[in-house]
Amino acid sequence: MNFRRILLIATPYAWLVALFLVPFLIVFKISLSHYAISIPPYSPVFDISAGWEGFKTFLSKLDFDNYRFLSGDDLYWKAYLSSLQIAAISTIITLVVAYPIAYGMAQANDEWRPTLMMLVILPFWTSFLIRVYSWIGILSNEGFLNQILLGLGVIDTPLAIMNTNTAVYIGIVYTYLPFMVLPIYATLEKMDGSLIEAAEDLGCTRISAFWLVTLPLSKPGVIAGCFLVFIPALGEFVIPSLLGGSQTLMIGKVLWEEFFSNRDWPVASAVAVILLVLLIIPIILFQRNEQKQREANQ
Amino acid sequence: MAQPASRPVFAPWNDPAAKPLIQFKSVTKKFGEFVAIDDVTIDIFAQEFFALLGPSGCGKTTLMRMLAGFERPTKGQILLDGKDLADVPPNRRETNMMFQSYALFPHLSVWENIAFGLKRSPMPKGEIGPRVEQMLKLVRLDKFARRKPHQISGGQRQRVALARSLAKAPKLLLLDEPLGALDKKLRQDTQFELMDIQEKTGTTFLIVTHDQEEAMTVASRVAVMDHGKMIQIDTPDRIYEMPNSVYVADFIGDVNIIKGNAKPTGEGRFAISWAEGQPDIAAASGAGIAAGTPVHFAIRPEKIAISADKPADRANAVKGRIEDIAYLGNISTYKVELANGAMIKAQVANDRRLARRTFSWDDMVWLSFTDTAGVILMK
Repeated sequence: MNFRRILLIATPYAWLVALFLVPFLIVFKISLSHYAISIPPYSPVFDISAGWEGFKTFLSKLDFDNYRFLSGDDLYWKAYLSSLQIAAISTIITLVVAYPIAYGMAQANDEWRPTLMMLVILPFWTSFLIRVYSWIGILSNEGFLNQILLGLGVIDTPLAIMNTNTAVYIGIVYTYLPFMVLPIYATLEKMDGSLIEAAEDLGCTRISAFWLVTLPLSKPGVIAGCFLVFIPALGEFVIPSLLGGSQTLMIGKVLWEEFFSNRDWPVASAVAVILLVLLIIPIILFQRNEQKQREANQ
Repeated sequence: MAQPASRPVFAPWNDPAAKPLIQFKSVTKKFGEFVAIDDVTIDIFAQEFFALLGPSGCGKTTLMRMLAGFERPTKGQILLDGKDLADVPPNRRETNMMFQSYALFPHLSVWENIAFGLKRSPMPKGEIGPRVEQMLKLVRLDKFARRKPHQISGGQRQRVALARSLAKAPKLLLLDEPLGALDKKLRQDTQFELMDIQEKTGTTFLIVTHDQEEAMTVASRVAVMDHGKMIQIDTPDRIYEMPNSVYVADFIGDVNIIKGNAKPTGEGRFAISWAEGQPDIAAASGAGIAAGTPVHFAIRPEKIAISADKPADRANAVKGRIEDIAYLGNISTYKVELANGAMIKAQVANDRRLARRTFSWDDMVWLSFTDTAGVILMK
């Protein structure tokens, strides 16, 4: 057997095992444990010196109590549902904002495209946290937005955007916009311009040519972009905790509070495992979409 | 076999009463400072198979795109059926185009591609299906209706593109290098198929090509372009036999061009002196050429005979040595060097097996041609 080939294939798998599977198993194990006032704050703790008998008693003490607790308390289900809703709505808004940007970029002159691409990526050069904090400066009651609108006389009282779901949507859309723009741009950019001309030649107006040709052909980019926004937005924690208010319920925030405020690691781990299972569904769909596209291109 | 006498010759361009379908009236197109089309005037008649021929960058594609509506003329008028096309957008023109890249919609099946234009037309829904089936039959793709463009071969894609552009029964079909992506054998078959379909549908075809053989094969008339100008518009045989310039003679097929000075020797007869120690070339021309006028004499290689002895009955005969022989299967091209160093190409059909070839390298031979075999060109 070819040693080089095995090495080549083994490397990514080794990374996956070390950085994903092992941590996941640890989290999963903790989710089956019980809260305890100790260090670490759960029991049982596996004692390697006790040998095989110790391992057996350790296993017998694990159970699914935490999952039962999660399904019993509607706070968690509401948090999951609310996260799904916020992630879905943000994804749709991001798509609506990003598509015209990507379309404009693809229509631009060749010499302008690298610059426009740069402008889309530029925000990544600043820390994500700082950018989210700066939105507080824009959206708060005394922020830029309200001051400008008050100054222009558009509004009499400051808009209460900060600490609402609206602020969370703005934050998510802003943060994940490049992830939507780039895949859509990539599909639009490689599209053959003569297809639009052919559509017009066959009787389409500019607008119907867009609906019948451009949009269907950019579907792979749209799907990829939607997953790239939806998946991280679902577990988002920083944006809802900085921009959202008390009524903003997102599972990422619940998870954080469970870990650090309650110090209930077993429940927090159970929340994380369920979140992962929820995320695996769209990730598998995403993979299948990519696979189908690759086959279509062959 | 002789043509049946009842069949009239199709030549509306010779009929002063015929009304052209397409008229270009001193059309000029500039891209910034670059002049892509320079004051072009042409008439194209209904049911013609008209070829625009020229090297890349000569403006032939721009001319076609102006007809389709993707470009607007800077100056001049384009008329379709006597109506000015200037303000008609592409989707309202009674022209359809077959793109060089075919531009088939990759997300639609063959059937849906062909139906695409029909669905955008006022045609009733019930008639679209039969029309698509009819087009599929015309291009012999009935079995591939449900396939996507990436699931069929290049030649099949080409036929889908043709069917799609013909489906709406346009007054004028524009073909932009339609056979460029096909290999030679398939291209030749498709050329005949194109002519066949053109005849069956009675549609006027305008084809853009840089392949002179293709233009000669399919077209009823050929327009040779260079640098945005029309050099010659004529039937393929006249373009070949009676080019109006060195450019056309050289662009179409193989040719020997000899520079010299003409002097009249009789009614429509001229002698061209062209090199020291070589006999003057006797040639015929309808044009009145003053003595001493510098001219080009153009003669096709296949019009030159090659023989071991000097033929007595030919107006022109020169002696030379065979420098090179190019064997092309059906014909051989002999490159013969004359005493003054001039190189003349002569072509001979290989009607015998190669082993019995009469001449070989370095043989001394006589090249001969009649006085009407070549043409005298002034430019």
